[in-house]
Amino acid sequence: MPTKVAPNPPTTVLDRDEVISVRSLRRTYGTVEAVRGIDLSVRRGEIFAFLGPNGAGKTTTVEILVGLQARTSGEVTVLGVDPAVGGPSWRARLGIVTQESQPDPGLTVSDCLELYAGYYPHPRDVQETLALVGLTARRNRLGEHLSGGERRRLDVALALIGDPELVFLDEPTTGFDPAARRAAWDMFAGLRELGKTVFLTTHYMEEAERLADRIAVIREGRIVAMGTPDALGGRDAMEARISVPLPPGVTVDDLPGDLRLAVRARRDGRVVLGVRDVRACLEVLVGWAAERGDDLTGLEVTRPSLEDVYIELIGHPQGGQQR
Amino acid sequence: MSAVTRSVVGPLELLLHQSRYEFRAFRRNRRALVFSLLLPVLFLVVFAGVFGNGTVALGGTRVTVATYYVPGLMALAVVSSSLVNLTTSVVAERDLGVLKRRRATPVAPWVLMGARALTSVRISLLAAALLVAVGRVVYGAYVPGDALIGVAVTVMVGSASLSALGYALSTWLTMDSVQPVLQVVVLPLYFVSGVFVPQDRLPSWLRLAAEVFPIERIAGPLHHAFDPAVTGAGVSAVDLGVLAAWAAVAGAIAVRRFTWLPRAT
Repeated sequence: MPTKVAPNPPTTVLDRDEVISVRSLRRTYGTVEAVRGIDLSVRRGEIFAFLGPNGAGKTTTVEILVGLQARTSGEVTVLGVDPAVGGPSWRARLGIVTQESQPDPGLTVSDCLELYAGYYPHPRDVQETLALVGLTARRNRLGEHLSGGERRRLDVALALIGDPELVFLDEPTTGFDPAARRAAWDMFAGLRELGKTVFLTTHYMEEAERLADRIAVIREGRIVAMGTPDALGGRDAMEARISVPLPPGVTVDDLPGDLRLAVRARRDGRVVLGVRDVRACLEVLVGWAAERGDDLTGLEVTRPSLEDVYIELIGHPQGGQQR
Repeated sequence: MSAVTRSVVGPLELLLHQSRYEFRAFRRNRRALVFSLLLPVLFLVVFAGVFGNGTVALGGTRVTVATYYVPGLMALAVVSSSLVNLTTSVVAERDLGVLKRRRATPVAPWVLMGARALTSVRISLLAAALLVAVGRVVYGAYVPGDALIGVAVTVMVGSASLSALGYALSTWLTMDSVQPVLQVVVLPLYFVSGVFVPQDRLPSWLRLAAEVFPIERIAGPLHHAFDPAVTGAGVSAVDLGVLAAWAAVAGAIAVRRFTWLPRAT
């Protein structure tokens, strides 16, 4: 299950590599509880994904972390500062790509970057930043005339222009076609090479798996799992599936004894085995097949996909009901 | 504009930096250009064309139609450039998430708000200058040379006051409601403030009612300054005081109610 950080009070934590620290964070609007007690910790240089369905509390959390919203209770430290009291010098160390923010009306791509560069004490070079996000050829175009993918590139450029240590990407690829999404992923992966810490929210499981070092799954304002993409929700401890084709005339009863116990399903001349030790199982299988002169063509080994784990964790994606 | 990346240090420099880019966006915004700069001049052309060589009472003097309409339309230009233009763009930028993105940067909120008001003042001055120039050159309208500084002060203070009012009104408006609501607020005030029809045709109670509102407090001193029989600074402390009071009340409302995040998602 989730790797829990030792419950030190954040006021005494002096871990210089802990970029974000959140303890028991809550946010209610009237009677609606958007965030219901979240704990998390993000370390310097990591890409941390906050994965969950729409309305799970992702954007609320980001807005609290960057100081755009007040929290109801809990303790939050971002770059060593409480966002509720973070001043200009603190905000200068953050970059944020907000969900569905439109370009500044009436300004070209270059204008926008020059304008925002002026907000920061030590901005990046405008031309270099344009090149980084691949907008050099569009620099004289008005922001509102850009395509959806280009707009998001501009958003990323604006988030980077202040040369931040920590970048928030709030659902950065929502509404993208697959090609634009892949291009955006390459750009986000490049942030790691710049040494940035990235806090990414998304409802695309594939995006989190592709980009993140660690994933927290949020559902109805609570974190239901946290871990590396490989281990999330106990994925690493789950059984792998080995689907074995059975030659004509061979039945399950002909399998070696150990394997007969691992049978989880049978269909269309195949048996599906559920195993924890794939190698040991394959050794037995190969030995058995060799004796029989069978070549095992069509054998498949699969592990539970992150998607399987995710669907399991969030229950029904829309209604949010426990299964 | 040079493409050199530079950092802007002091708040005042940052305010000018922000306003410079807002003014650049204004120059590319056709609708704002039409309503703030072109429409007041067009009204002048229409009124001068309709009423021709007649004369109108302005204060105690009979003046040409063009001389009468230049100051009134100047007030209209200030309203367009400040109240209408600012409110429209602030509501749009808020609901498009532009203000949210800016608020997450180190720039102080008062710098952003002050810069937008400064942009309105600049546009208002430009529109006023354009009206005076067209009135003088095309129609030979009277221009009160001694009072031009006073006129500029009224335009600037009026514009700043209406900018504060725009920020206050924006807190109740959406992109859909901003235009109709502003027109309903502003059109009757134009009529009672002598922008379209000379005020001597109005019943006295309407003229009194007009004096409560900021548009009359801009149009009134401008009309007065353009009266050829009047000499002096062309600016009135009472009018500036009422404008300041409106700004103070509107500013207090804006401070309490203004939000940087898109409304009602």
